[in-house]
Amino acid sequence: MNTVGIGETVAFWILGPLALAGGLGMVFARNAVHSALWLAQAMLCLGALYMVQQAPFLGFVQIIVYTGAIMMLFLFVLMLVGKESADSVVEVLRGQRVAAALGGIGLAVLLVAMLGRAFVGVTAAGLVRVNSTGGGNVANLGRILYTDYLFPFELTSALLITAAVGAMVLAFTERGKAGRLTQRERVEARLRGARPSPLPGPGVFATINSVATPALLPDGAVAPESLSRLLESTARDRVDDDVRSVAGAGADPARRALPGPVPPPSADQQEH
Amino acid sequence: MTPTGALLAGNPLWLTVLKVVVIFAFLMVMTLFMVWVERRVVGRMQHRLGPNRVGPFGLLQSLADGLKLAFKEDIKPVLADRWVYLLAPVISTVTAFTAFTVIPLGGQVSIFGEQTVLQVADLPVGVLVVLACSSLGVYGIVLSGWSSGSPYPLLGSLRSAAQVISYEIALGMSIVAVILYSGSLSTADIVAAQSRQWWFVFLLFPSFVVFCVSMVGETNRAPFDLPEAESELVGGFHTEYSSLKFALFLLAEYVNMVTVSAMATTLFLGGWHAPWPLAGGPADRGWWGPLWFIGKLLVFLFVFVWLRGTLPRLRYDQFMTLGWKVLVPGSLVWIVLVSGARALRSAAVTPSEVLVVGGIMLVMLLVVAFLLPQNTPAQREALDRTRGVPTAGSDYPLPPLDLVVPPPPPRRAAVSAAVSGNGDQATRQEDGHGTV
Repeated sequence: MNTVGIGETVAFWILGPLALAGGLGMVFARNAVHSALWLAQAMLCLGALYMVQQAPFLGFVQIIVYTGAIMMLFLFVLMLVGKESADSVVEVLRGQRVAAALGGIGLAVLLVAMLGRAFVGVTAAGLVRVNSTGGGNVANLGRILYTDYLFPFELTSALLITAAVGAMVLAFTERGKAGRLTQRERVEARLRGARPSPLPGPGVFATINSVATPALLPDGAVAPESLSRLLESTARDRVDDDVRSVAGAGADPARRALPGPVPPPSADQQEH
Repeated sequence: MTPTGALLAGNPLWLTVLKVVVIFAFLMVMTLFMVWVERRVVGRMQHRLGPNRVGPFGLLQSLADGLKLAFKEDIKPVLADRWVYLLAPVISTVTAFTAFTVIPLGGQVSIFGEQTVLQVADLPVGVLVVLACSSLGVYGIVLSGWSSGSPYPLLGSLRSAAQVISYEIALGMSIVAVILYSGSLSTADIVAAQSRQWWFVFLLFPSFVVFCVSMVGETNRAPFDLPEAESELVGGFHTEYSSLKFALFLLAEYVNMVTVSAMATTLFLGGWHAPWPLAGGPADRGWWGPLWFIGKLLVFLFVFVWLRGTLPRLRYDQFMTLGWKVLVPGSLVWIVLVSGARALRSAAVTPSEVLVVGGIMLVMLLVVAFLLPQNTPAQREALDRTRGVPTAGSDYPLPPLDLVVPPPPPRRAAVSAAVSGNGDQATRQEDGHGTV
């Protein structure tokens, strides 16, 4: 079983460099989302390599779980962070890079030593014998997982559940149901309240539909509900620029603005 | 390797290539056909004709639209991330097409003297191929939304990522019971297992329901089309796409629809086998297979269109509640029931033992039900609050029966006194506004 078929060789020389490129790209990409994509490529190539090496179940589970679920969650978070969040080059923790480099070198030494021993000292058994007896790859895997490796399997699941529950406990802040109304309660409150209808907009004869223009009641008085609390409490000079630009008296009117006499600011706007 | 897989592995390369090309053409034609069907059927449901100008019954309308789409200007937003923007529609389409390769379209036939099966590949993990392809397909949607560099697509793609991950769990769980009964992950074996026993739609109806609901969620179709909710997000993840790239997204959506329908047919409706009176007869083998298969496929596709024409879109939290609080626990309970039933059968338990154990469990359940508190004070309070409010059967509060309409203001009363007869009605209508 030490011979490697021509199909496997071709697949390896295509997938291997792609996986390597994925790993390198993940490290060197400036953009976090690009980094995640390179990692997804490396995982995908590994999954395909497993399939080539007669472990189809492992390969597809690798794709579904790692590429499909875990990387997708990574991407989900990264996209929320924003598009412009490139890698920061400022070192936050003192000596972080030196420690990381030392750790990386140590891991590499360990891996090379282990893999070297595996290449030299261990003879490959291959999966053909296992895959052709007792229901094939998937059935054998299931059997061994639920007999010989039942305890480690259950321990792993307990660990994962603990991690998930812990994350939820740490991240979930109890806001309490007391302050929040349900949709039904809102409907009832509104229908039973003083005003079931929306707040009045600018009056029928208003010359402008700005929220700053109050609605007028039939007798000409200002409808108090139509006044925006936010605008009322804003200092007058803070909206000076807006008033000027709405009135067309701004410093730099756009070229496409219609030429013509600039209307003076109305009395309503002056009041605000 | 499965027997079907062994037969396929012996086939020459040209036969596999031929099958791939035929599958590709089939999916393209199905897409064009489905666009037409959708427009016509939804049109009929809304009392209008739908496209009926190009070709007989408007059949060529979608072809004409597709050609026109290809010649549109290809727009790339300034803020777009160039390569990812280009990659996203390609990922969507490629994964959609790949998933169809493991679907068995028919039984053993002879093509140009070669014995083969109407299926491109039969892996021992065939069902997982479809799941893997759908989980990779999300990348297309998510990346398109992110790379467009604009808020609406980003929101659409975030929704889509959450949606597909949630519903894939329910989808995978609904498949578990099928795998338990067929004893294999290979699609050809699942079809063969259904021809030996009942179709799984009858044996495992709850699984079928969960699969159907989550396949609609998985394909982003109405009423679960939140990632492209046009009333909220313009076009969702493909807002910034145009021309052929947009066409690829459209293609991927319809191919995904065909694939999940084919999957439902394979898993639950007996695949390419003929329905009951003809099962096992001469019309249940060889080239008859694709006929039955496409027939069942079209039923599912019609239901997709029917859903779109009938149901309004769900709100996002309702949608997530349905997925996580109904479908996932429901399928978990169902899986426990199914495996319990199978364990009982293989352990050769006598009916009296089943009855005794079942009786004890029933008694325990009743005791627990009696011990539970009736309802909490908050619930009782809420109940009391609703009891005083008259409702019209729909829980919607009505105005009180002793409602007194306030009298019209004196000015209006004077006007209505002056204007008699015809003007009376108009004045009464006006009163409604005047009292506010």
